[in-house]
Amino acid sequence: MALSREQMAQRVARELQDGFYVNLGIGIPTLVANYIPDGMEVMLQSENGLLGMGAFPTDDEVDADMINAGKQTVTARIGASIFSSAESFAMIRGGHIDLTVLGAFEVDVEGNIASWMIPGKLVKGMGGAMDLVAGADNIIVTMTHASKDGESKLLPRCSLPLTGAGCIKRVLTDLAYLEIENGTFILKERAPGVSVEEIVAKTAGKLIVPDHVPEMQFAAQ
Amino acid sequence: MAGFDKRVYSYEEALAGLEDGMTVIAGGFGLCGIPENLIAEIKRKGTRQLTVVSNNCGVDGFGLGVLLTDRQISKVVASYVGENKLFEEQLLNGEIEVILTPQGTLAEKMRAGGAGIPAFFTATGVGTPVADGKEVREFKGRKYLMEESITGDFAIVKGWKADHFGNVVYRHTAQNFNPLAATAGKITVVEVEEIVEPGELDPTQIHTPGIYVDRVICGTFEKRIEQRTIRK
Repeated sequence: MALSREQMAQRVARELQDGFYVNLGIGIPTLVANYIPDGMEVMLQSENGLLGMGAFPTDDEVDADMINAGKQTVTARIGASIFSSAESFAMIRGGHIDLTVLGAFEVDVEGNIASWMIPGKLVKGMGGAMDLVAGADNIIVTMTHASKDGESKLLPRCSLPLTGAGCIKRVLTDLAYLEIENGTFILKERAPGVSVEEIVAKTAGKLIVPDHVPEMQFAAQ
Repeated sequence: MAGFDKRVYSYEEALAGLEDGMTVIAGGFGLCGIPENLIAEIKRKGTRQLTVVSNNCGVDGFGLGVLLTDRQISKVVASYVGENKLFEEQLLNGEIEVILTPQGTLAEKMRAGGAGIPAFFTATGVGTPVADGKEVREFKGRKYLMEESITGDFAIVKGWKADHFGNVVYRHTAQNFNPLAATAGKITVVEVEEIVEPGELDPTQIHTPGIYVDRVICGTFEKRIEQRTIRK
């Protein structure tokens, strides 16, 4: 079975470490916040100028001046700080964020990522994605392994305009967890019940398959 | 003698001197911390062929979106322009030009513009369409793009509190691009929720020092929420 969105978030959450400053993109990455292990302290950065994003507000707490980068109303946790967009991107570009998680349309064996523009369709903009991929060392891309028609999104070379070049080393898809090294994907883990053969068939870019590919484990919900 | 008293008492006065073809830098992120009354005044005034520099371009019928109805904007520099049908329409018709700019680069362009720095180098956008036509230079083995800074004829800014000296404090994440925009206008106009007595703002807590600000006006704000998300 392919991973659910929640399982993908759970798997990414295992990469969190106590004391990490983390930027979570829109979509599946946002769900990672729901799976921060008990007892672990993580500060979430929202690029509109908030470090230490808290839970959604209660109805009474809703404040139009308190939003995240997805324009959702949020709260600030104790220990939070709020600052300008220039300060926010100074911490992103300066490499101060410990982990960035974001979605993508395509990644390739050179660590290129395409996530913001499909030619011929309306282009809405890159927001902060180009800054995030250029500024972070530790990035996890979350995406579906293949399109609905079964076409691989893990490619020898991205076909869409890039968000960043040579900056991606780790990818979690609904089928597998992979790393990118020396111009190849390396299969590290597979989703429960998903065969190595299926992953190989759906990976267009060069893929190294180790002798043993462990299956991801998830606690029963 | 006005001295350092930068208060104005009408929106007409606040935007006096704004003319067709000018560049306006606006603060705000989405609909958060946008100078909504100054935008409404630009609409009322009917100024045209504006270049607008702002992270977003509002939504249909609110924020900078209201300037699209009468086609007052000819060019937008922004990082994200979704959530706006009229904008899409004018973009596809070629009635409006858009220069999509990475968010951090946009913030830095404003900051640098206000600080007298004509250009800077950043790794953001290297190898992407953003790099087209730009100088790339290598520092310590990594490639960087040269990005030119931005200044505006006007900057329109939304603050929380100000004093008559033009010192401004922002509230929560309504800060965003506002302090950067404030530095980059030849004429910077700040609208706030409250103008406080001199000495009331703690000098150590000022976000925008009055030197950047030319006019201050007190307004009332709708503060529309784009995505109201709550927990039970």
